[in-house]
Amino acid sequence: MAVDKNINVLIVDDYKTMLRIVRNLLKQLGFNNVDEATDGSMALQMLRVENYGLIISDWNMEPMTGLQLLREVRADAKVKDTPFIMVTAESKSENVIAAKEAGVSNYIVKPFNAETLKTKMVSVLGDF
Amino acid sequence: MAAKGIDSDLALRLDAIRREHGDTVKVDMVGEVVRSLLETVTGDISAGDLKLYHELESLSSYIQSAKAEIAQLRPDEIRSDFIPSATDELDAIVGSTEAATNNILDAAEHLENLGTMLDPELAERLTEIIATIYESCNFQDLTGQRITKVVKVLKVIEERVDTLVKVFGANIDEGSKAPKEIVTDDDLLNGPQLPDTAKDQAEIDRLMASFD
Repeated sequence: MAVDKNINVLIVDDYKTMLRIVRNLLKQLGFNNVDEATDGSMALQMLRVENYGLIISDWNMEPMTGLQLLREVRADAKVKDTPFIMVTAESKSENVIAAKEAGVSNYIVKPFNAETLKTKMVSVLGDF
Repeated sequence: MAAKGIDSDLALRLDAIRREHGDTVKVDMVGEVVRSLLETVTGDISAGDLKLYHELESLSSYIQSAKAEIAQLRPDEIRSDFIPSATDELDAIVGSTEAATNNILDAAEHLENLGTMLDPELAERLTEIIATIYESCNFQDLTGQRITKVVKVLKVIEERVDTLVKVFGANIDEGSKAPKEIVTDDDLLNGPQLPDTAKDQAEIDRLMASFD
């Protein structure tokens, strides 16, 4: 079944420039319903109001990191099944393991390109 | 006996210092203790006393030269000038790369909008090129994170230097009154100024015109 590109996507990053870059790349991939949050707690509030089909989050954020956001999401019955892609410059294996154990759907290391973003999205959403 | 007198005086002196400052005293005070201890060495001096005397004299001399060498390094200036200046420069790098990245993104978005006016084949090619621009702008986030790490390291160094200045006390400040040998932006005239202090082109043009 083809992926519905009308799903709401929530992107979370404390760097507004990165939000802009990811939004533009998503737009090129055909995903136009994109919301932005600048930290984990803001993302949680938005998740409680809106239904999202995908979360793409940075790891390094304060006060709530991407990993803490992931754990909160997986612990919340309402949103626990939402696909979650972690995007980070931290490529140490212990970070990847920690994210996997917390229930991350996939993991993108910065700097990344449009092809990598698409590949990881296909892996969690299905082909598009 | 002399040795007994020294021990007693030393004990009294140490007790007084401990009451006044606690268990941690400035290096200045250590020198003072050694000096006052040496002054108590009078009368018959045994070989052991003499050895102790020389050891204490060496210790005092070592502390004095260490203080002088550290004062020459001007740790107070590292704390008050160098590190704040370095962190300001790094913050300026983050700010200017962010501004430049956003300008690049603005231009790329305009191009993307123009793509709708092109035939589909050209538009697709343009989209690919613009995607490369977006991807390349990742660098700004990464450089920002790396610079933030460097700034944190500088803060730690600043705290350590601060502790050093406190331990060594007033003599460090005296050392810092020596003439500066630092090469500044004024000497170099080739480094970018921080945004708050830089003149823009219009100001330079006005200044140049004022000479006409």
